[in-house]
Amino acid sequence: MSGLISILADGIAYGMLLFLFSIGLSVTLGLMRFINLAHGAFAMCGGYVAVVLLNGFGVPFLLTLPAAAVVTGLIGVVLERSVIRHVYPMPELQQVLFSIGLAFAAGAVANILFGPQQQPMLLPDWLTARVSLLGVGITGYRLFLVLFGLVAAGLLVALFNFTLFGARVRAAVDDRRAAEGIGINVDRLFALTFGLGAAFAGLGGALAVGFLGLDPTFPFKYLVLVLMVVAIGGPGSIGGSFAAAIAIGAIDALFKYLVPEVGNYVIYALLVLMMIFFPRGLAGRAA
Amino acid sequence: MARSKQPSVQAGRRSVLLAASAAAALPLARPAIAQERKLVVGVVLPLSGTFADQGRNNEEGIKTFQKIHGTKVGNVTVETVMRDDQGPGSGDLSRRLTQELIQRSRAEIILGYSFTPNALSAASLLTEAKKPGIIINAATSIITERSPYFARVSMTLPQLASSLGQWAARNGIKTVFTIVSDYGPGLDAETWFTKAFEAGGGKVVGGARTPVAAMDYSPFLQRAIEAKPEAVFGFNPGGDVSVAFMKQTKERGLSQAGIKLLVTGDVVDDNLIPAMGDALDGVISALHYQVELDNPANRRFLAGFREVAGANATPSYRTVQAYDGMALIYHALQATGGKTDADSIMNAIKGARIDSPRGPFTIDPATRDIVQNIYIRRGQQKDGRWANIAFETIEGVKDPAK
Amino acid sequence: MRLIRIGAGLPLLLAAVASFFLFPEYLSLLNTLFILAIFALAYDLLQGHAGVVSLGHAVFFGMGAYTAAVLAAHGVTEPVVGLLAALLLSGLLALLLTRIVVVGNDLTRLLVTLGIGFLMLEAANQARWLTGGADGMSDFTMGPVLGLFRFDFAGETAFWYSLAALVLVYAFLWRLTTSPFGLALRGIRENVRRMPAIGAPVRRHLATAYTISGGIAGLAGALLAQTSNFASLDMLGFERSAEVMMMATLGGTGSIPGVVLGAVGFSYLKDALSAMSPKYWHLGIGLVLMLSVFVLRGGIAGGVSALLRRLRGRG
Repeated sequence: MSGLISILADGIAYGMLLFLFSIGLSVTLGLMRFINLAHGAFAMCGGYVAVVLLNGFGVPFLLTLPAAAVVTGLIGVVLERSVIRHVYPMPELQQVLFSIGLAFAAGAVANILFGPQQQPMLLPDWLTARVSLLGVGITGYRLFLVLFGLVAAGLLVALFNFTLFGARVRAAVDDRRAAEGIGINVDRLFALTFGLGAAFAGLGGALAVGFLGLDPTFPFKYLVLVLMVVAIGGPGSIGGSFAAAIAIGAIDALFKYLVPEVGNYVIYALLVLMMIFFPRGLAGRAA
Repeated sequence: MARSKQPSVQAGRRSVLLAASAAAALPLARPAIAQERKLVVGVVLPLSGTFADQGRNNEEGIKTFQKIHGTKVGNVTVETVMRDDQGPGSGDLSRRLTQELIQRSRAEIILGYSFTPNALSAASLLTEAKKPGIIINAATSIITERSPYFARVSMTLPQLASSLGQWAARNGIKTVFTIVSDYGPGLDAETWFTKAFEAGGGKVVGGARTPVAAMDYSPFLQRAIEAKPEAVFGFNPGGDVSVAFMKQTKERGLSQAGIKLLVTGDVVDDNLIPAMGDALDGVISALHYQVELDNPANRRFLAGFREVAGANATPSYRTVQAYDGMALIYHALQATGGKTDADSIMNAIKGARIDSPRGPFTIDPATRDIVQNIYIRRGQQKDGRWANIAFETIEGVKDPAK
Repeated sequence: MRLIRIGAGLPLLLAAVASFFLFPEYLSLLNTLFILAIFALAYDLLQGHAGVVSLGHAVFFGMGAYTAAVLAAHGVTEPVVGLLAALLLSGLLALLLTRIVVVGNDLTRLLVTLGIGFLMLEAANQARWLTGGADGMSDFTMGPVLGLFRFDFAGETAFWYSLAALVLVYAFLWRLTTSPFGLALRGIRENVRRMPAIGAPVRRHLATAYTISGGIAGLAGALLAQTSNFASLDMLGFERSAEVMMMATLGGTGSIPGVVLGAVGFSYLKDALSAMSPKYWHLGIGLVLMLSVFVLRGGIAGGVSALLRRLRGRG
């Protein structure tokens, strides 16, 4: 039994990473109607920032996390202002083409700069120790991920629900024209939101290195899972993405543990069923 | 990898000269009429995408060899043309690249093939075109049986898995739980480990087959711990997956539960060690090469490698495999006196004996597969760094599957 | 517009035939390009004509490849028989799947087809006894085409064989999409709600389109398996599905000659870039894709018709 709970805890920790990876894509899809398949590139960028700071400059692990988020967020804003905003009005398929191209290019740049190998990142000892929580053993790092994910989700929910910025974003999601009509600077709002999404991906990327590794193929490696989270959660919904990410992480781990023979199929079967019966995702909002 | 006993570059160069003069002394090295000519070696490797790292390791091996031994064998200048087969499963592409290298680039020998399907798909083509194909990685036993023009200088998984199984049984391990990736090589590893281990009196008490790209191993490790075996045997495809596997064996506390970890040596490849750290502690593995090997050929290789890849770089066993692929080609060219037709080359390859950085190996004339030492190693610290240190050598291991 | 479409087929065919004589050392690459063009045409019947997107179309491509390979491994080595069997079986599979792949909105469809793709991949991996699992299938020998033309080393037979298939598929799809059925598909794409109101059987039309598209994708897969003597899980994987979508979009979704040019152009570019820089060619592909959406709005077909319009405007 304690084995089961401990597996569940591990799965939830994995889900937290998926949440951080996908929240930016979910928001840009919900808000700008922009299908950003290059979103994983931002996570990769955060990962490299953290690795370079940690291994190259000896910056403590905890400080590399905000650095990764800030740097990636800035890159996100610059890209949005210079190129990506011109892609918003294009048909969806053109957006797909553009963002896949961007992901390819980003991976190639990482390959040229850092080489194709796995980037080593050894976490501080206090994070890798195994701790016992109410009789259930869990790795310190996974516990850290869970706590971190909860805080991040809480902050995002608060930001979107209780601040003026959040109210503006929600207004723009519901009706862009009306929002512009009442004097909201939608362009700036888009840039900020895009940067925010990129920053969260960067944070997720920095957190993921110690767990999932890092190499130039990262932008594509988790694309499928991220798409699943966004679709199941419902584009633009923070709560939905959170629930979907945790559910995918936990269910995946649980089935691999309980019925390993079919464990690899389960999340995909679930995805298909989910999409057939709830085509609008958990949050129920149309894309 | 700064080491106190690192040979100087000068020493490396001197031994090259020695090797070259030794080669010149071979009676066959001087053909009757010396005529300058060029030999193109077509290289098919995964150079982009998920497995680009493997391809780069191989590529560096080829470069290291030519750096040390030059580009000329007698009057033949050896040139390489590289193509990218993008990774496993793209057998159709690897076959087309092989064809194009032969037809368009006039390649007379093909070197490469990182993955089983990519080698298998080219087999009938090489037979038809009568061009030798030197396999420098793909590890499934059957490959060399598919074309009489295949020869392998890497290893077969059964070589590693069954050596490890024998060792485990001999050393008092009674029960094992296996965790292998769910595809051909993983099943090979599982089968041959189990066969050797149970023949020695051990018992496999359970097993899990994991998705090839699995990054979260905790469900499988938890099952292993609950099965209470004396040891876990692991195989997975290297790269990030193996790093994740190794790290999680430590996180999950395999050793605290009193369970030993046994893996095929590719899982704990030397150049992955920095990303694994102390997860390597006490891990027993079987492989045909590790950086720590102390022999003249390895010293020469390491010196050349560091010139090619940088002073701090660590070679993979794959680097040595590619290096030896080139060594085999040079050996064959010397033996044939510069004749490059497939049958002469293949005849020279069969039974060839090479002093490799991994120790001496031979190519079995009957199967064209490699016969080599397998080292049983333990992960431990050496000069403040983690390393695989060999403590037992099983000499002249043939592929047990043939 | 219609005149342009009829006109484009002939120059394309002439260019293809000329390439046989101009580039005798590139025949196996050309063979691959023709096959991918067929696959892209099959896919675009859905995306471009019926407006139904998919991220799992390689399932049918792979089904066709395995059909041809399994038949050959069991003694049915006549290629044309293999092609027909692949066409039928993949079409049947598509028919079975139609009900669930056309639900919901675009995002739903993408995710459902993506999920099905992964399930099929896992299934094929598990059915190792039949498919060879991750090692793929290569232990079979194809017989001569129609008992006459053996697949040769240089790829001459493969070139003509695949080109013939491409011409047939091209002509068939051109007829199909200009028929009343094709117009009905366009109607569904433009306004899925209104079509039932004017009495069009939307479901049946979509099922028919899906079946035809799946069948032709299977045909393309069978061609690849037969001419490369190989079938593998890779052929039904996510990457191939994503790539066919890119090829169709790049070419100009909805335009038959455009899609052919998109598939041929994209695949040739990939090959040329990867030969030039085997390690870093992803950068080139990425930049080309990013630029294409600014330079070629509406894909190659869109670019060409814009150019034609401009020329005509000046003349």
